[in-house]
Amino acid sequence: MGNWDRFIETFFNAKVMARYWPDIVDGLWVTIGLAASVVVTGLVAGLALALLRSLGWRVVNWGIVLVVDLFRALPPLVIIVLIYFGLPSLDIVPSGFVSTWVSLSLVLMAFSEEIFWAGLTAVAKGQWEAARSTGLGFGQTLLWVVLPQALRITIPPLTNRTIAITKGTALGSVVAVTEILGQASSAVSNSYNPSPLTLGAAAYLVLFIPVVAFGRWVETRFAWRR
Amino acid sequence: MIETFFNIGILAQAWPIILAGLGNTLLLSLLVVPLGLGGGMLLALLSTLRNPWIRWPLIAWVDFFRAFPPLVLLIFLYAGLPFAGLELGGFTCVGIAFFLNTGAYYGEVLRAGIESVAQGQVEAARSTGLSRGQALVWVVLPQAVRAVMPDLLSNTLEVVKLTSLASVVALPELLFQARQAQSLTYNPTPIVAAAVVYFLLLWPVVRLLSRLENRAIAGRG
Repeated sequence: MGNWDRFIETFFNAKVMARYWPDIVDGLWVTIGLAASVVVTGLVAGLALALLRSLGWRVVNWGIVLVVDLFRALPPLVIIVLIYFGLPSLDIVPSGFVSTWVSLSLVLMAFSEEIFWAGLTAVAKGQWEAARSTGLGFGQTLLWVVLPQALRITIPPLTNRTIAITKGTALGSVVAVTEILGQASSAVSNSYNPSPLTLGAAAYLVLFIPVVAFGRWVETRFAWRR
Repeated sequence: MIETFFNIGILAQAWPIILAGLGNTLLLSLLVVPLGLGGGMLLALLSTLRNPWIRWPLIAWVDFFRAFPPLVLLIFLYAGLPFAGLELGGFTCVGIAFFLNTGAYYGEVLRAGIESVAQGQVEAARSTGLSRGQALVWVVLPQAVRAVMPDLLSNTLEVVKLTSLASVVALPELLFQARQAQSLTYNPTPIVAAAVVYFLLLWPVVRLLSRLENRAIAGRG
């Protein structure tokens, strides 16, 4: 058997791939579910914090800035490990999925709050005053005048950050989440062949290359003309 | 709760282990940041060549490694390659994975920086007799790096945070050491301590970045 055949036999073993293909697909769905949950909770929480911050309550704002800084500074894996291995000491036993979901949501919340907040402050003060002078309330001004302009500015950095954080779903494999990497790793140890890892890698590419391309498109589409 | 998460006795016991981990995290960062920066600079410089035979493969390369979660890349190198008879060891795998992954990100940042420098700058530099290479090194790059400084810094923060992945391939950095200490003491205090160490180490960078970013986005309004 030549080197090439051995290489194919090792990394692209058709029999092993056929055997573990369904597991990887199961993992793909877990990854998609996890990523979608993180995006929704993380962005909603981030926007909520940014809006709360716009009310200008000083003590509350210090709290927000501290929380944001904390989750920007901590590595996501550290937060996951802390929740998964730490909370059981308080008789709260979160699953790996919940630990990863909560951790990545907190991280996305922190990053998106910063971006939303920067977007809100970027809208000129005259816009506020003009809207208020037409009789709109604080909430109405925020919702109909400021937020639409702020969101437009925030879309490119937000998209890129969200993509980067959803890729962190692979960290779930460390706390036994059966997402793509977790499924692929256990398939490798069961079959003693790395082909499931090749499949897993392909699954990630299928999932994320369109997302990265979309991010690139968003960047040019919403680029701020100076 | 204090007893569980902030146990002083256990902290005293685990402190030397955690300190060793911090040292390794710093060393690892000192290794992988220049590695990623170097890879990124190489990609960015290659992208200045207008040749489509270089440009398209380059975009494909960068998107490939941006789409690939770094942990998947690391596991592939660490657990996959030995089947091909290539036992690289955790340290080398981390180095290669960071070179490929963070290199792609640094490359994008630096490319954007180079493209932000006006074409007239190059023409003016060339007209004074500088060669293409000289104009790039002495005129374009200093301005490019300056323009994207916040992004470079933000990327570097992410790279330092990412070194925690090395714990998965048993490199004794901060997170790995904390988990060792946790399993020895049956208490989560060491992990809390590691988190505090990470926070104290990186908080100044986060503060600085948040100010730079606010200024950058606010400037567009």
